[in-house]
Amino acid sequence: MNTSLRAGRRRRKTTAALFLTPFYVLFIATMIVPIGYAIWLSLFTEKTSGLGFGGTRRVFTGLGNYADALGDDKFRDGFIAIGLYCLLYIPIMVGAALVLALLLDSALARARRFFQLALFLPHAVPGIIAALIWVYLYTPGLSPIIDLLESGGLHWDFLASDTALFSIVNIATWEWIGYNMIIFYAALQAIPREVVEAATVDGAGPVRIAVSVKIPMIRAAVAMTMLFTIIGSLQLFTEPSILSDANPAVGSSWTPNMYAYSAAFRANDFGLAAAASVLLAVFAAALSFGVTRLSSGRRTA
Amino acid sequence: MSKMAVNGALVLATLYMLLPLAWLLIAATKDMGGLFGGDGFAFDGFHFTENVKAVNNESDGIYWRWYLNSLLYAGVGAALGSFVSVLAGYAFDKFDFPGKEKLFGGVLLGVLVPTTAVALPLYLLASKVGLVNTFWAVFIPVIVNPFGVYLARVFSAGYIPGEVLEAARMDGAGEIRTFRSVALPMMMPGFVTIFLFQFTAIWNNFFLPLVMLSDQKLYPVSLGLYSWNTNAHASPEFYPLVITGSLMAVVPLVVAFVSLQRHWRSGLSAGSVK
Repeated sequence: MNTSLRAGRRRRKTTAALFLTPFYVLFIATMIVPIGYAIWLSLFTEKTSGLGFGGTRRVFTGLGNYADALGDDKFRDGFIAIGLYCLLYIPIMVGAALVLALLLDSALARARRFFQLALFLPHAVPGIIAALIWVYLYTPGLSPIIDLLESGGLHWDFLASDTALFSIVNIATWEWIGYNMIIFYAALQAIPREVVEAATVDGAGPVRIAVSVKIPMIRAAVAMTMLFTIIGSLQLFTEPSILSDANPAVGSSWTPNMYAYSAAFRANDFGLAAAASVLLAVFAAALSFGVTRLSSGRRTA
Repeated sequence: MSKMAVNGALVLATLYMLLPLAWLLIAATKDMGGLFGGDGFAFDGFHFTENVKAVNNESDGIYWRWYLNSLLYAGVGAALGSFVSVLAGYAFDKFDFPGKEKLFGGVLLGVLVPTTAVALPLYLLASKVGLVNTFWAVFIPVIVNPFGVYLARVFSAGYIPGEVLEAARMDGAGEIRTFRSVALPMMMPGFVTIFLFQFTAIWNNFFLPLVMLSDQKLYPVSLGLYSWNTNAHASPEFYPLVITGSLMAVVPLVVAFVSLQRHWRSGLSAGSVK
């Protein structure tokens, strides 16, 4: 009996290893090794030898590429652009998703299933197509929205240099409100009804209940949404790339990701591109680690 | 707060969500003249069939090649990826082994590192081993889904009671047999949820194919439409192609989400409540 028990335990360990192998092989091959290779590449730079004869030579530069990236205004501007974007996007998107979830959760809402589905639908649209639709809706001549604004006497140039940030935030908001609203709505549904009833008996109105009872109880869901939104914002690429075709104010290195892309494919500077990617990955991991620690620390406190 | 105010606000938000899609639908029925002149939200003339024909004819029907590629990348990739995730998630939930939580921490780190930050390093590596501009350069990386492993662990804990596994072991079933005939069927709803999310993520993927592929024949729909849009600046007859092609790429996803509502709802709440 004892030996068969031990055999069972050993068999289970073997099975666990077997079941984990496919994932870890792929995980190591497509995430760990590429990042390692990028770190190694980022330590070298291509030098044209002599008079340009004999092609290029790979030269060790240590942290030179990192210094170049961090010293480049364009790379730093990318982080500033992301910072401004987050400052505008996160309050608007998370706030609107939260308000919509609370409205849907209130006893007064009707046709809940319909509204959930309708609000979620944009998320089913691929990001590139969402960006194309909106850029067309921003283009004078194509856009019924601009015609509508004009007929109301409003002139809004969606493709001007000072409106580009807003135009990008609008596309991202449209794509993600519904998704996050569903997450908040699910969390709201998990609040015990007695808690809300007790607050009602105490004389709290629906707005007061939302602010003082419901929102604090779904704080974990809100924190997680913010975390994923920040990670998503750091990799911003599709929307500004599409917009940059129509709007010269959005240059080819508007975000750090776009900077890395153009370093690799426009300048063929793989060392610099690798350094920029590594910096971005490290920044993202550090930031999300910090946010996770902060939110879980607060929960236990 | 009145009933009017609450539902009025919801209707307004719905309009904001649906109007761009309505525009896409209407614009796909217009020819070049109708697109650039006239009222954007009004039907004038019905050119949808002509537009679809134009999409068919462009570069010997390359659009459908892209469509097939997307189905392969997203369909097969998500099926394989969900299975790999379910295997790993089940192992994390139901087995004990040394270093388990440390290994799982590695998975969570994989969730936190942005995929596009890894796409460029992946390209550098793929060009080193000669995989750039092949089917595999896009197909292999999309199978990996750390968030899927996380979800699978949550689903395994929720759907499979430990006693059921004990009973199967008592009956003399081996571990793999137990997984295949007892655990996997019980996890099916979770499998479908992970599949659905991974399918859309791959279908929507743009950066990885953009970096990896230069052969148009390997493009997924997203990258193909992007290349058409780039052409449209010089030759505007590409605008109807981009619009009609976009509509046809969106429809299957909308249909999938409408018919599988139950699954993505449960998936989203599983990700948030834990």
